[in-house]
Amino acid sequence: MNIVVLVKQVPDSGAERNLRSDDSTVDRGSASNVINEMDEYAIEEALRIREAHGGEVTVLSMGPAGAAESIRKALSMGPDGAVHVVDDALHGSCAVATSKVLAAALRTLSPDLVLCGAESTDGRVQVVPHMLAERLGVAALTGARKLTVDGGTLTVERQTEEGYEVVTAPAPAVVSVWDTINEPRYPSFKGIMAAKKKPLRTLALADLGIPADEVGLAGATSAVVEHSQRPPRSGGQKITDGGDGGVRLVEFLAAEKFV
Amino acid sequence: MVERILPTPDAGDLLDLATELADRELAPRANDDEARSRFPADVIRTVGRAGLLGLPYPQGDGGAGQPYEVYLQVLEILASRWLAVAEAVSVHTLACYPVARFGSAEQRKLLPEMLGGDLLGAYCLSEPQGGSDAAALTTRGVRDGGHYVVTGTKAWITHAGRADFYNVFCRTGGPGPDGISCLLADARTPGILPQRPERTMAFRASPVAQIVFEDARVPADRLVGGEGQGFRIAMSALDGGRLGIAACAVGLAQAALDYAVGYARERTQFGRPIIDFQGLGFLLADAATQISAARALMLHAARLRDAGRPHSAEAAKAKLFATDTAMKVTTDAVQVLGGAGYVSDHPVERWMREAKVLQIVEGTNQIQRVVIARHLARS
Repeated sequence: MNIVVLVKQVPDSGAERNLRSDDSTVDRGSASNVINEMDEYAIEEALRIREAHGGEVTVLSMGPAGAAESIRKALSMGPDGAVHVVDDALHGSCAVATSKVLAAALRTLSPDLVLCGAESTDGRVQVVPHMLAERLGVAALTGARKLTVDGGTLTVERQTEEGYEVVTAPAPAVVSVWDTINEPRYPSFKGIMAAKKKPLRTLALADLGIPADEVGLAGATSAVVEHSQRPPRSGGQKITDGGDGGVRLVEFLAAEKFV
Repeated sequence: MVERILPTPDAGDLLDLATELADRELAPRANDDEARSRFPADVIRTVGRAGLLGLPYPQGDGGAGQPYEVYLQVLEILASRWLAVAEAVSVHTLACYPVARFGSAEQRKLLPEMLGGDLLGAYCLSEPQGGSDAAALTTRGVRDGGHYVVTGTKAWITHAGRADFYNVFCRTGGPGPDGISCLLADARTPGILPQRPERTMAFRASPVAQIVFEDARVPADRLVGGEGQGFRIAMSALDGGRLGIAACAVGLAQAALDYAVGYARERTQFGRPIIDFQGLGFLLADAATQISAARALMLHAARLRDAGRPHSAEAAKAKLFATDTAMKVTTDAVQVLGGAGYVSDHPVERWMREAKVLQIVEGTNQIQRVVIARHLARS
């Protein structure tokens, strides 16, 4: 099976994250950048399918030059090669434009299965998998907590608030996964060394035949008009125990409907 | 953050991997598993899959082809998060040494599984009546057709009951060092009987026990090296083992220093952080200096080894100094935390108990002094 895994480099959600003051895009320069956590589960799932059914796993990422570091990290887990779409004109692309670029790149790779995380920790819009499926004219099996491959048929357990739905579609399809689907492996030292020698191909917008004004900030269908820092935490309410501290604590908890 | 000079970019990646594993898989579990005496078999497996159980062996054998200089710094990082896991890696790496260095072509076929971490190893040299005087061991191996029949009791065996293979040093000939041989025994061999784990002062996640050999029949083709080569094999493995313990000690001491410094910067008395009081600041400065010295000594011995130069005395010095440093620094860390350091809410009292074992294993620190003194007398 020819599997493509979408990998996005994002600012570490555990560190301080900011939007840029000039154009309100995610500041990818100052933050420590990592593989979007959910994408690691997609990589793991792809590797497991390859181990069970054979085939090839390719990582596809769109992002600035610095994203290459995360692509190498992804390769160290075990995929066979990677494609990096990198072009200055992509800066500030909205979800619609992103799906356009990724769909064009995917067409050059003709995958049987596209795997990705169900959301990225920076944008968190969760729409790119659906948009990709629409553009490619294939099924979108989203929010999977389990994926089974049986010949050319894909079956997922789609996680919902109440439980799960079983959804089936023929390959090719786009499958997005949650972190309940598996436990991603650590790269091995051998994997890290091998990743340095794996093919990493870069594509520019021109290679995909996409005009620069259809993507990036210029072509964005939505714009961040302004942003501001989250207000600093207020001091809270201090209760000094004058003999009635316990009662006042309970009153506070009751007022906030904690008890 | 320790500044390191590494021989290759690969080594940097390896240390990053070790750090990630140590922070994410070791640190969160150490306290609990130590308190419950629980051997972290799954963590060892994860470490093995990451390729950290055969670092200093050639890639052709299934190892990672790393110099000792790099391997020891990986151990140091693991030990700074959980000593028992670092020591498990050290013991396993040592247990692979006889076959990797002296094994027959047939025995070497086991190396990929051993170095890949699919098979966990142990090392059976000490006996109840003697650890330091290894040449006097009494466990017997009597040739009977195609087997050696092994009888006796081994003591202080790390991974007893958990290992898949044991290096068993036994007497196949007359008294003295020339009568000793090394057998690579499958742990499932009938008659190999691990006893209940010792109730140790600390370090309880790592099982240590006696192993009774009761007419255990080990195939003769599992003789490593020749008959009578056992003592030479055991002695040649010692330098590497000592350096491994030195690395564990440096990591443990570094953890204790980092913790104590963090506490001393936060804790205020008389209106200022206690690290600003010279009494404590100097104590921490001495600890930091000793740790840097211990690390430098360890790395110097490792670089001699990597260059194929004699390093027995330097390995002994590194083991002696690093483990004495770990004992002192962990004890001082308890002092820095005061009453808080004496209770198990903080890990420093556990680290202090753990440090003690490092002054004893792989040759007591008295034996290290014997090695160094002999070297001085002869050179």
